[in-house]
Amino acid sequence: MTIRQPAASEIIRQSAVDLAAKIKSGELSAVEVARAHLDRIAEVDGEVHAFLYIDGERALAAAARVDAKIAAREQVGALAGVPLALKDILTYTGAPTTCGSKILEGWLPPYDATVTRRLLDHDIVILGKTNLDEFAMGSSTENSAYGPTRNPWDTSRIPGGSGGGSAAAVAAFEAPLAIGTDTGGSIRQPAAVTGTVGVKPTYGGSSRYGLVALASSLDQPGPCARTVLDAALLHKVIAGHDPCDSTSIDEPVPDVVGAARSADISGMKIGVVSELGGEGYARGVEQRFHEGVELLASLGAEIIEVSCPHFEYALPAYYLILPAECSSNLAKFDGMRFGLRVGDDGPASAEQVMGMSREAGFGAEVKRRIIIGTYALSSGYYDAYYGQAQKVRTLISRDFDQAFSRVDVLVSPSTPSTAFRIGEKVNDPLAMYMNDLCTIPSNLAGNASASFPVGLAPEDGLPVGLQVIAPPLADDRLYRVGAALEAALESDWGGPLLDRTSADRPEAGAVR
Amino acid sequence: MTVLSYEEALAAYDPVLGLEVHVELNTISKMFCGCSTVFGAEPNTQVCAVCLGLPGSLPVVNVKAVESAIRIGLALNCTIAEWCRFARKNYFYPDMPKNYQISQYDEPIAYDGWTEVVLDGEIYRIGIERAHMEEDTGKSLHVGGATGRIHGADYSLLDYNRSGVPLIEIVTKPVEGTGAQAPEVARAYVTMLRDLLRALGVSDVRMEQGSLRCDANVSLRPVGTSTFGTRTETKNVNSLRSVERAVRYEITRQAAVLTEGGKITLETRHWHEESGTTTPGRSKETAEDYRYFPEPDLVPVAPSREWVDQLRATLPEPPAARLHRVSAEWGFSELEMRDVVSAGAVNAIEATVAAGASPQSARKWWLTEIARHANELGVDLENVGVTAQQVAEIQALVQNGTINDKLARQVFEGVIAGEGSPAEVVAARKLAIVSDENALAAAVNDAINANPDIVDKIKSGKVQATGALIGSVMKQLRGQADAARVRELILEKIN
Repeated sequence: MTIRQPAASEIIRQSAVDLAAKIKSGELSAVEVARAHLDRIAEVDGEVHAFLYIDGERALAAAARVDAKIAAREQVGALAGVPLALKDILTYTGAPTTCGSKILEGWLPPYDATVTRRLLDHDIVILGKTNLDEFAMGSSTENSAYGPTRNPWDTSRIPGGSGGGSAAAVAAFEAPLAIGTDTGGSIRQPAAVTGTVGVKPTYGGSSRYGLVALASSLDQPGPCARTVLDAALLHKVIAGHDPCDSTSIDEPVPDVVGAARSADISGMKIGVVSELGGEGYARGVEQRFHEGVELLASLGAEIIEVSCPHFEYALPAYYLILPAECSSNLAKFDGMRFGLRVGDDGPASAEQVMGMSREAGFGAEVKRRIIIGTYALSSGYYDAYYGQAQKVRTLISRDFDQAFSRVDVLVSPSTPSTAFRIGEKVNDPLAMYMNDLCTIPSNLAGNASASFPVGLAPEDGLPVGLQVIAPPLADDRLYRVGAALEAALESDWGGPLLDRTSADRPEAGAVR
Repeated sequence: MTVLSYEEALAAYDPVLGLEVHVELNTISKMFCGCSTVFGAEPNTQVCAVCLGLPGSLPVVNVKAVESAIRIGLALNCTIAEWCRFARKNYFYPDMPKNYQISQYDEPIAYDGWTEVVLDGEIYRIGIERAHMEEDTGKSLHVGGATGRIHGADYSLLDYNRSGVPLIEIVTKPVEGTGAQAPEVARAYVTMLRDLLRALGVSDVRMEQGSLRCDANVSLRPVGTSTFGTRTETKNVNSLRSVERAVRYEITRQAAVLTEGGKITLETRHWHEESGTTTPGRSKETAEDYRYFPEPDLVPVAPSREWVDQLRATLPEPPAARLHRVSAEWGFSELEMRDVVSAGAVNAIEATVAAGASPQSARKWWLTEIARHANELGVDLENVGVTAQQVAEIQALVQNGTINDKLARQVFEGVIAGEGSPAEVVAARKLAIVSDENALAAAVNDAINANPDIVDKIKSGKVQATGALIGSVMKQLRGQADAARVRELILEKIN
């Protein structure tokens, strides 16, 4: 089943950059724009379930303030009045932050995340908070304690995860922009399977302050959008040094907007990672990916095959480092100071209340990772697991360093397959983890990467993403490549990929 | 159980010490956030998202705390790490909001140093294993139940004002070869450390407020052997006097266990101030695995050598050199200085001298009158309730003849009892010496008239009998007279 495709003339069909221009010129009011998106949410979110929380009144009031500012000729941000969906793992005062978990149900954070603060300071209108796998652990949003999000391309399928809510909101035209967070692919994998754009900035490029940590050394907030330029504009708003995050980089933000506007890749050296493809990759994914690479070559890029031999160890290393960090990061959820508390109505000790609260509040995947992480950090096992994983991490960084000494960017499929059916992999954690095979190396190395739509897999008519990886602080190269790809593909397709969400999909074997 | 005397214990066993001292730094803000560190505020009024460990919050290192840590490390002759990281120490406890403590593990900011303590003229060199940075926890108040500990309590109250206050943990290497002096060496070390930290200006070092806390590790081995015995760690010994008492208690307790053929359990022990004993805490065999790993929310600390050198230039005089200097300045004999040091009175005397008293008078008051009160109250000298300024004031009153030494003791008593300043106590208790010649003469006449037999003795040449008449006069005047003047008057009258 799919959802209604909006007409080209509808407000919700427009890009963020167009909406911002029209709001600024007075052609549209921010209130009208917010209302159109709230109406769309009312129309489709019962089916899509991208949102966990919507505050229409607050969004309309914020939009009215933008209109007033513009009327008063006050300075406003580049995306002033444009609605946005915020992943429910970033704090936003006045709205609950649940992280998709029962353990935080109803928790009202007393402070704004730095990313949230910057959105508000730039006059962006926050519509609400989007669904995610519990504490961002998952690749399908099926681990959300509040029910899965559905893929607008086919509502029987997953929208990816953990940021499935943000990607689906954008793909379903419920919001032109969204914020995601990416620990092992949680922005890029949902972007790939929903036919949208998702960017993981360089680690330290955007602030983690107010992002409820999954794995501190891997997490990174980033933009989700339908177009490359929209993503770049949002990237520019949220990125930059934050003194509240010690791991934030004190360097100027690369010129991502300029790069997205230029779309010039002539002479660029693009490396194809030989390890990310072949066996285990869906036929249609490989086909669209290789067509994308050929297109880049036709646009003047030089294509070079590059080997990153340690990437095959990325997944196991990731599934030690992430659980280790998350086992510690999630220790604070104990029912003592906030969130769910179970069992303090009798003679139970504080320790027992902690245990009961965590037992009741966390879902299966969260418990699985806490247990793995606790084990990996235990005395006697630390060197063999956590310590070894850190060595692998170093080797993966070296693979990248060597690759980037030869090429400007690397490319691969964003995911091994297209969107699978809800329920299909719920009971097979390893199969679920494979979704992030291509995206994890970037998180381990801390560099910049993105997923861009490259068409529909012929066999199932579902979106395929092409991943671009750039060296740390060269985020602008992602946008250069993405914009070039987008322009060429859309002229080929005769319009954006998302225009075809409600088209009849072939069961197998048809052309794109 | 066998009860051994301390001497018997020491005849058979050789004690080895290990001291862990936690120092709360006196930085204006906490280790990882901007909250105030002022002691004694209303519970939970000095907290924010970071020190409450709220979801999404992140720590940022207080550079001033790093600076203090480096200065402490340098003052203890440590190597300062060129690059080190924070680590998470994971364990669940309600007074620790994140359920992990940000500390340092295998990469301390300062390591491999040494210091010296002087005890009875002997110098003991104490190796310093490490000094590392960490954050303090909140405080639990367990309500109900008998012990004041969490077990058996009806409920607990939590105050997070202290959560995130910067701490430096200073750990010694095993301290060997102190023999019977072990308890005194332990106390002298903590005293020296306290003085050093105060001189560095990095901490309030108020043991009674918990800004300096000591854990004392003690083990015994048979005399003449070199392998360490099993140690116990007595936690939170929070006065200088208790450090000495706790070490002495553990030595005799362990010796008794070993003499009976028993084994020492590797465990933490609780110190009980009132009974002067320790009881078992957690056994280390079943102790938690803290699952240390590098803190991913913080970047490594890499102090530049230039910075370290700058900080080195700010160090105060080393304690041993300082003792040498003040001893010469004050003109104390070696024996006098030894008593001053073992009484922990160096700072007090220095401050009293600075307030105008002579070194000898300052020494006299601190080592006799005030030390006596300290003993009676069971507190350290500086907690008796009389300041160096007040001591100097009392001495000035003696100097100008307002009171004599004997009356001065009453003034001390009054000041310690909270009756006000020395001058106020003198006024309120009417202690000033009677200098009115008429009143003195009247009292002398009374004494002569009342004691004709003594007068006869004096007249017959037994001048030493004058003392009895002086005593009688002093009694009449409640001691408030200048004894020399009274003597003069008596002899004048009789002859």
